[in-house]
Amino acid sequence: MTEVMVTVNGLSKSFGGITATDNVNLEILKGEIHAIIGPNGAGKTTLISQLTGGLKVDKGSIRFQNTDITNLPPYARSRLGLARSFQITSVFHDLSVLNNASLAVQAHIGHSYRFWKPAEKDPEITVPAMEALARVGLEARAHTLTRSLSHGERRQLEIAMALATKPKILFLDEPMAGMGVDESARMVEILRTLRGENTILLIEHDMDAVFALADRITVLVYGRVIASGSPEEIRADAEVRRAYLGDES
Amino acid sequence: MDLKKLTSRRSVFTIFVLALCALMPVIAPVIGEPYFLEVFMRIMIWAIAAISLNLILGYGGMVSFGHALFLGVGGYTVGIFAYYDIFNGFITWPLALLFSAIIGLIIGAICLRTRGLYFIMITLAFAQMIYYLGVSVEEYGSDDGLIIYGRSEFIFDFAGVSWELDIGNQMVFYYLVFVILLACLYFTHRLINSRFGMVIRGVKSNESRMQAIGFNTYRYKLACFVIAGVMCSLAGVLSANAEKFVSPDMMYWTKSGELIFMVVLGGMGSLFGPVAGALVFLMLSEILSNLWENWNLIFGPFLVLVVLYARYGIDGLLERSGPKAKESAND
Repeated sequence: MTEVMVTVNGLSKSFGGITATDNVNLEILKGEIHAIIGPNGAGKTTLISQLTGGLKVDKGSIRFQNTDITNLPPYARSRLGLARSFQITSVFHDLSVLNNASLAVQAHIGHSYRFWKPAEKDPEITVPAMEALARVGLEARAHTLTRSLSHGERRQLEIAMALATKPKILFLDEPMAGMGVDESARMVEILRTLRGENTILLIEHDMDAVFALADRITVLVYGRVIASGSPEEIRADAEVRRAYLGDES
Repeated sequence: MDLKKLTSRRSVFTIFVLALCALMPVIAPVIGEPYFLEVFMRIMIWAIAAISLNLILGYGGMVSFGHALFLGVGGYTVGIFAYYDIFNGFITWPLALLFSAIIGLIIGAICLRTRGLYFIMITLAFAQMIYYLGVSVEEYGSDDGLIIYGRSEFIFDFAGVSWELDIGNQMVFYYLVFVILLACLYFTHRLINSRFGMVIRGVKSNESRMQAIGFNTYRYKLACFVIAGVMCSLAGVLSANAEKFVSPDMMYWTKSGELIFMVVLGGMGSLFGPVAGALVFLMLSEILSNLWENWNLIFGPFLVLVVLYARYGIDGLLERSGPKAKESAND
């Protein structure tokens, strides 16, 4: 549990005059579920986008294990083992559920400059893809067009796609966003089964879910880290309560 | 084979059209319209070009407005070699494909740095550049074009046995075009279902997601662009042989526009759609232009209606019989 997977050092990012990330330092340990919480506009998604490469960094550095990944493009980071899910569901609507997971597998097993053999009949792809779907409970829906999945199922598919790339670390941007109570509970269960095997950085608004899942929590307000620690420490932290959690919690 | 699949409306239509192409040399003289043979030859050649455009437009989501330039590259390679009395198809045809691959690689490498409307404009700009190159080179006829005195020659000389595929014979050439059309359809079918094809379809569906799961989408798109360009240049090669004539006109922007229309009319991202699109487009313009000199007044609004009311083109109409029509495409 002590190996550090990701080290963020003095990370800053601003859009025009607005500082979205302000000198953030962060360590993510192997095997932990590390939650990042904070009010709307605290820069959580901006942070995750910089970590996964969707946004360029203004200042500071990001190290993944022993590699400096600060300036690597997204696909290269993904190759190293960083996977992300998106806050706004981002799947391939025009393809089947299995195709979605298969593409993630394809990305992981090397180049796809294979022009002849049907991908859908290739066990090298379909077997791990079905495994990933099974881990989130979607195997029965494999041949459904993704467009016709429910919102909750699409979010599950996102997780499956991230898992299918066999990531070393998983960045989940609000996996419970827009979900009903039942769907949220189901997602918490899915994420719980991933604990230990996977390192997860979780951004989430659902505080019940965060406190149920997280090993450590970092609180972000206006792009700055105001607290970091175990769920108990965060619950007890006066500044966090004032800034974010509300005194009654 | 799956009988249900074979009797679906789409398959029946596909088989009907291909049978029509295959039997046209018999049908045309019987119905007393021998020129239909030439019409269908042209349809098949345009269908090959449309299939190639569909690869990037329909499957890859790259709206190229300059695809006809590859027709020109293929056509002019054959034309210019013929100008210097080189008719050996074993030399000129592969070279035409090679040139188009190189040109596709260069143009694609630049154009694919852009997206959406910019991609449309920059592909158009490149095509117009090549068009004006054709117009300005007087040696090869500038805008009057270049007459080709004879079709390519394919003479097999193997172990003392000599045999010629005489495409100067209209019937032989017709069936060569037909076989190449079938080959292009089969090749495209394999391609779009391969790993590479899945990547291309994923890029169309959601490119940033593809990058997030680890694909260098730029290179895959470029490879697809080159493949489509090479296939289109093959259509150019065939066209030059069919008409025995090439001119800059074959790569003018309206030709690229017509290709886009064939793809849209047939149904983007369907394997057989472009063939159906080319068939309907060229037959209609053939029939309408015989009826009335201002036929474009009817043809134009017809195309507008297709875009408005039949969003998936002919392929969409054929599928409506199925259990579930494609619904709301964009979300």
